[in-house]
Amino acid sequence: MAALPDVEALCAQLAREMKGRVGPASAMVGIHTGGVWVAERLHAALGLQEPLGLIDPAFYRDDYAKQGLAKDPKRSKIPFDVAGKDLLLVDDVLYTGRTVRAAMNELFDYGRPASITLVVLAERDGRQLPICARHAGVRLEVPAGMRLRLKRDDRGTLALELERAP
Amino acid sequence: MPRNPQLNASGELQHLLSIEGLPRELLIKILDTAESFAGVTERDIKKVPLLRGKSVFNLFFEGSTRTRTTFEIAAKRLSADVINLNVAASSTAKGESLLDTVANLSAMQADIFVVRHGSSGAPYLVAQHVKPHEHVINAGDGRHAHPTQGLLDLYTIRHYKKDFSGLAVAIVGDVLHSRVARSLIHGLTTLGVPEVRVIGPQTLIPAGAQGLGVRVYHSMREGLKDADVVVMLRLQNERMSGALLPSAQEFNKHYGLTAEKLALARPDAIVMHPGPMNRGVEIDSSVADGPHSVILPQVTFGIAVRMAVMSMVAGGG
Repeated sequence: MAALPDVEALCAQLAREMKGRVGPASAMVGIHTGGVWVAERLHAALGLQEPLGLIDPAFYRDDYAKQGLAKDPKRSKIPFDVAGKDLLLVDDVLYTGRTVRAAMNELFDYGRPASITLVVLAERDGRQLPICARHAGVRLEVPAGMRLRLKRDDRGTLALELERAP
Repeated sequence: MPRNPQLNASGELQHLLSIEGLPRELLIKILDTAESFAGVTERDIKKVPLLRGKSVFNLFFEGSTRTRTTFEIAAKRLSADVINLNVAASSTAKGESLLDTVANLSAMQADIFVVRHGSSGAPYLVAQHVKPHEHVINAGDGRHAHPTQGLLDLYTIRHYKKDFSGLAVAIVGDVLHSRVARSLIHGLTTLGVPEVRVIGPQTLIPAGAQGLGVRVYHSMREGLKDADVVVMLRLQNERMSGALLPSAQEFNKHYGLTAEKLALARPDAIVMHPGPMNRGVEIDSSVADGPHSVILPQVTFGIAVRMAVMSMVAGGG
């Protein structure tokens, strides 16, 4: 299997692509957990004014009735007023689109943003909702029965990995 | 050994009946989940869609304002429909049994029963008879348990003290009649608090209290010394029969929390009370409204804790 692309290089490339999009009303929100790691890099590279927001849409997921509450829901922190902002919503891997839907629903409970742009490190096939990323670092084929995940080691190094789906 | 009736086969919370018997990891998970919900309660729109379409029945066979209201707020913030039943004034008064009442509500498609009852064990009885998709939360049963109060007390202690190891917690007053004290003691010992003390007159400390892993004191002077947390209990006049106390004044003199007695505790000690307070009996106003008091934050935390418990029991297949 070919090696997966380098995450830092993908982040640098995403930041370059996004530069023209950033304006005075821009603010960034990373989706817990992997999306936050990517967002931390993009936020720093783009020099955004507003502090980075963190969202864990566990309380908005559509699989609650089937799966129950996510194992370890984190407290969402949006340290700026969402109303009127051009939000850059960042996740690590775009797959079914359900996490993004849940995150958007939660964001609207903070206020009415002027726009939301989806930015992902990697995208793969399997969308179940009409959601697509404006900026995707890479498009990857994922073999059946496998999933693509972003991992972070003790030193903070990020890496994309394929692993068996649970 | 029979399975814990509160947990399903995978060890997940199915009902919340008592803190006793819940593993440490589960208690921590409830507190962590409540911490996430506390974020929701600080937003403009204090609502999440988790329990949309579910019905929560508040079934209070005993009076309560704070607990019933905070359960109602918690359920509404989870988008559930809430039905409050003033049971004392309804069918029970006409002779309907507890299980018949529950069966009728079940026929109205309940998902969660929040039950308060004067008899210890009543919520267990209900839990044994509900359908698999129905969940029971004990909102106080007799002298036995008040697990969500115990959990919100634990949440409050962790919020202010960050860590349970190394703490001395003093629980003061009418321990004998207090389901709050029992739930809190089980929680504190399960979470590894090294020193749990109970302070009160002989007549208001249950026989065998030491068996719960606490140290018993009859003097405030000794019991409050260097305490990090002081939990005052309400003197429960309505549950007292016989001559357990000479008078409320006498109790206040020895066991009422005054600023002077509180000075024996650590300088950064917090003072808690489950409410409703008898000012001038178990606690003086100067303390209840003073800088050490976290009595009102307890009420706010109670909402997040009840949101956590309801969302944990009701989720999943």
